[in-house]
Amino acid sequence: MAKLTIYEDTCKGCGLCIGACPKNLLAIDRSHLNAKGYHPIGIERPEDCIGCASCARMCPDCALEVDR
Amino acid sequence: MAKVFQKTKMLTDVPFHYCPGCTHGIIHRLVAECIEEMGLQDQAVGIAPVGCAVFAYNYFDCDMMEAAHGRAPAVATGIKRACPDDLVFTYQGDGDLASIGTAEIVHAAARGEKITTIFVNNAIYGMTGGQMAPTTLVGQVTTTSPYGRNAETQGMPVRMAELLGTLDGAYYIERTSVHDVPNINKTKKAIKKAFQYQMEGKGFSMVEILSTCPTNWGLSPVEALKWLEENMIPHYPLGVTKEGR
Amino acid sequence: MAKVLMKGNEAIAEAAIKAGCTHFFGYPITPQNQIPEYMSKRMPQVGGTFIQAESEVSAINMVYGAAGAGARAMTSSSSPGISLKQEGISYIACAQLPCLIVNIIRSGPGLGGILPSQGDYFQATKGGGHGDYHLVVLAPSSVQEAADLVAEGFDIADQYRTPVMILGDGMIGQMMEPVEFKEHQSRKLPEKTWAANGWRDKSRPRNIVNSLYIEAEAMEEVNRQLQAKYAEITKNETRVQEIMCEDADYIIAAFGTTARIAKNAALKAREMGVKVGVIRPITLWPFPTETFAKAAERVKGMLCVEMNTGQMIEDVRLSVSGKVPVEFYGTTGGFVPTPDAVVEALMKLKEGR
Repeated sequence: MAKLTIYEDTCKGCGLCIGACPKNLLAIDRSHLNAKGYHPIGIERPEDCIGCASCARMCPDCALEVDR
Repeated sequence: MAKVFQKTKMLTDVPFHYCPGCTHGIIHRLVAECIEEMGLQDQAVGIAPVGCAVFAYNYFDCDMMEAAHGRAPAVATGIKRACPDDLVFTYQGDGDLASIGTAEIVHAAARGEKITTIFVNNAIYGMTGGQMAPTTLVGQVTTTSPYGRNAETQGMPVRMAELLGTLDGAYYIERTSVHDVPNINKTKKAIKKAFQYQMEGKGFSMVEILSTCPTNWGLSPVEALKWLEENMIPHYPLGVTKEGR
Repeated sequence: MAKVLMKGNEAIAEAAIKAGCTHFFGYPITPQNQIPEYMSKRMPQVGGTFIQAESEVSAINMVYGAAGAGARAMTSSSSPGISLKQEGISYIACAQLPCLIVNIIRSGPGLGGILPSQGDYFQATKGGGHGDYHLVVLAPSSVQEAADLVAEGFDIADQYRTPVMILGDGMIGQMMEPVEFKEHQSRKLPEKTWAANGWRDKSRPRNIVNSLYIEAEAMEEVNRQLQAKYAEITKNETRVQEIMCEDADYIIAAFGTTARIAKNAALKAREMGVKVGVIRPITLWPFPTETFAKAAERVKGMLCVEMNTGQMIEDVRLSVSGKVPVEFYGTTGGFVPTPDAVVEALMKLKEGR
């Protein structure tokens, strides 16, 4: 099993991680804004995360952390 | 559970000021990860450019110097000649390296200075608002090529990795990209190899990294990755242009 | 130590080596080429670094790097090359780095000629780069003095963390005179704990050598620090030589090799019954304002003699606050004033012509 931690207030909502995820688990979370005023990223089916960390490697802001 | 990925200790806590989706953030992280993994934090000195990365001294958690526009390779030469055991790296954009600083990068490479240059090529001037760069593609619209770069009157883009690859003094030059995770991984390998060669005293190394500038290209971050892949790579082929003597 | 007959350029280079300079970065330009040439031979002998850079711009940035990493570094050039270095010098001053810059002035402006001149006084003392900074400017008038001032210059640079310029001219650079490299009494200098040389010692903070300050408060604070430093330097490091001034009715103000001609002229004038003295600023910045102000209380007039169209004369006039007439005699193009011409100008001043 794997866990993705999203540092919401670091995220700039750029969306680069969405295309990097091989399981298409990520999407911009339009339900709220973070402290910077961006819509941060959210993970739709966290239980399907395989912990490959592709999203974290794509992220320009080190907003993602992965455990497995 | 074990940690698979976390932010490297070689980056400070200061949040990056870069635009959303700007690949500077990825490249900073790769450079920092390499320094941490190689255990070189205590002996690294980085030189920040003039450009979007002008505040790089706030992000890399090692001794840093700010250089005048284009002069980072000369500053790096001074540092490395004073502290030969240090890992000395410059971090430069296309204005800094391929415009005002062309003489400095050519001669640092020609002299075989044992420094590493990280060259961020995004085919435009970011910090000053999107002017044409020496690396801007023919037909590309910028604020100083509003009709698209005209080869007749504005010349043609410069391929720095190939240009420097012709120098006998250069040891290792490679062009990579960061438009997807496999290429990000290749970029990290190239940076690590460059640093390794420097610490082995082999000579001058440079990694030219094709990058995006969503804001000044007028594209979304994801669209910008696509634009890089479809337009820049055909003109700036990935691969090694020099390795060894 | 025995005296050696040496060309000024080479004496300056040897003095730097003896003062512990370990890094020289330069570029060829007449009339100072012997400095990089001498350094290219001597630096490897003492385990130092010599680089002929790709340009004067590059050279000053190499100095910035080496000095920022804690090394005793220097560069040399002549007028047009010094123009190229101005941005780098402003950065070095703002980042508060020590270094030595040697200018062997040639005639100008523009590409100019290769003969002696003093046309870079303004450039050295009133700029020549952007922003509110000052170079400490030392003006030797002999090969011996040039050698002595090199060692002093490095110490001043290290003590105050500031760039220092040795301002010579084509004559100082090219002529040969006897020189003795005396044992230099080094000052007690602070350790360079600010240098960005690799953060091995975690008892010090992470060092950033920088001159970029985006916030007004930060930039203002840097300027405050620089001004406080310049006030200290003005208090402690101003140097001037007074020759035959005690009973003088007229003063010749001159610097560098021109001061030697001025002294000859003063002696000739005295033979003609006119009591003339010479005030020779050795530090052009900080300028010996007080010396001129005090002299203005006693004398009837001053003649400023320079190999330019009138640059130091402005500082002389500022110093005397209009108390006495200050006239000018100068030469350009590479011509050197003759003692007779200076005496003629003195007589004009005396007779109010």
